Amino acid sequence: MTKHFFGDTAVLLGRSLRHIARSLDTIITTTIMPIAFMLLFVYVFGGAINSGSDSYVNYLLPGILLITIASGISYTAYRLFMDTKSGIFERFQSMPIARSSVLWAHVLTSLVANLISLVVVVLVALLMGFRSGAGVLAWLAVAGILILFTLALTWLAVIAGLSAKSVDGAGAFSYPLIFLPFISSAFVPTATMPGPVRAFAEHQPVTSIVNAIRDLLAQQPVGSDIWIALAWCVGLLVVAYAFAMVVYRRRIS
Amino acid sequence: MTAERTDTQVTADQVQEPAIHVQGLEKSYKNLEVLRGVDFDVARGSIFALLGSNGAGKTTVVNILSTLLQADAGTATVNGFDVATQSADVRESISLTGQFAAVDEILSGRENLVLVARLRHLKDPGKIADDLLERFALTAASARRVATYSGGMRRRLDIAMSLIGNPPVIFLDEPTTGLDPQARIEVWQTVKELAAHGTTVLLTTQDLDEAEQLADRIAILHGGRIIVDDTLAGLKLLLPPAKVEYVEKQPTLEDVFLAIVGDGEVGDAGNDRTFGTDE
Repeated sequence: MTKHFFGDTAVLLGRSLRHIARSLDTIITTTIMPIAFMLLFVYVFGGAINSGSDSYVNYLLPGILLITIASGISYTAYRLFMDTKSGIFERFQSMPIARSSVLWAHVLTSLVANLISLVVVVLVALLMGFRSGAGVLAWLAVAGILILFTLALTWLAVIAGLSAKSVDGAGAFSYPLIFLPFISSAFVPTATMPGPVRAFAEHQPVTSIVNAIRDLLAQQPVGSDIWIALAWCVGLLVVAYAFAMVVYRRRIS
Repeated sequence: MTAERTDTQVTADQVQEPAIHVQGLEKSYKNLEVLRGVDFDVARGSIFALLGSNGAGKTTVVNILSTLLQADAGTATVNGFDVATQSADVRESISLTGQFAAVDEILSGRENLVLVARLRHLKDPGKIADDLLERFALTAASARRVATYSGGMRRRLDIAMSLIGNPPVIFLDEPTTGLDPQARIEVWQTVKELAAHGTTVLLTTQDLDEAEQLADRIAILHGGRIIVDDTLAGLKLLLPPAKVEYVEKQPTLEDVFLAIVGDGEVGDAGNDRTFGTDE
């Protein structure tokens, strides 16, 4: 049945992209919270924060981008949950298609929707004074990290979407992910935090990812952060994918 | 009839065997035994009604037959293919219309049909969609989002989606639950036409009237087993012979409703019929 995998995925991707095009509010609400955080931190708290960087918006943006992704993937869980609830998921599963294309279409849609949201947030940051002299390669590296991070969180969202019992449940799993950047180097340097908090902050995925993106955009040498960041992203992706597949198999058999 | 059957791609071998063959099917959810040895056969081109109260396991049977669920024990074949070991071939042979109209609310009616035609890898999905919209009186609403459709229109679209690709076996899980009387009669008409064209239909229902109207054979699922499996005439023989009594025939509320709303005979109501009941 895999001979139709790409064709079926493309058809189903077209379907969910239409969903997004017809409910642009999902993109807008995805970007509202990160933009609000950005405004709040740059114009309210920013003056009192000693980030050690010339421009606080430059310092802040990487963390804001991760928050954008964390809030965006809750819609993936929502869309998947609605598909299972409405019965169309079962309709697709009872048809002569490559069955896993149903999941992959949602995953690719998540990627597209999140990339659009990220572009919107970066544009707002530019208006607020964000500047970077980074070259094409550095930007590609940033995009690559963000795509990996999105894929990892999206497969987490697939688990939530397939196993949720209610709409609220499908979306709620993303809240801890949205707040994870607050206990990291995203808003303030970790050096000012008390011992245990600092230990947590320095050893959770957001800090290394934020540091890697920040250094890439500031044209600084990235050091080991980028490898730790990549390891986190790939590790998370593999684990989330494996669990999502277990949940999915249980669902269709 | 035989000439029309050729388009369902039935080979000589398959004609000999029943379209659906179920033997010793068992299924439990944790400690709850839902099916405890279900057996039945459905002849090709016939309408088979699986009757049972809520929670009797009708949907479980349908889900096993449409490869959405695996049985704990027993065997089942659909169109000659084993549901456990040849599930891809089974999916090629069937369409499932679930208990709730499984349509995409954000897409239009036409987009829903095109989507299914594409997923069935058919040529000219647009034409297939337009033909079905016409046949199910949905042409005028074809560009509207399904979210704006009435229950009857959704169900018609749902069934239209199941007909794409002319699968030889169709499962209808409680197809008329929640429909108004007129929409119900429309669905019945569609089901009869399907069987007349050689499609095998397995429908589940808790509506005795529906089984009586449609089914060539009726099986009652109760306590996890099929307790009777016969034609309507055969089932009636189970009870003492009919007595002749003279009773004044009062119109039922359904008769009154259908007479007032009109069955396509009264001017305006007739026009209305295509969409009016659907608003």
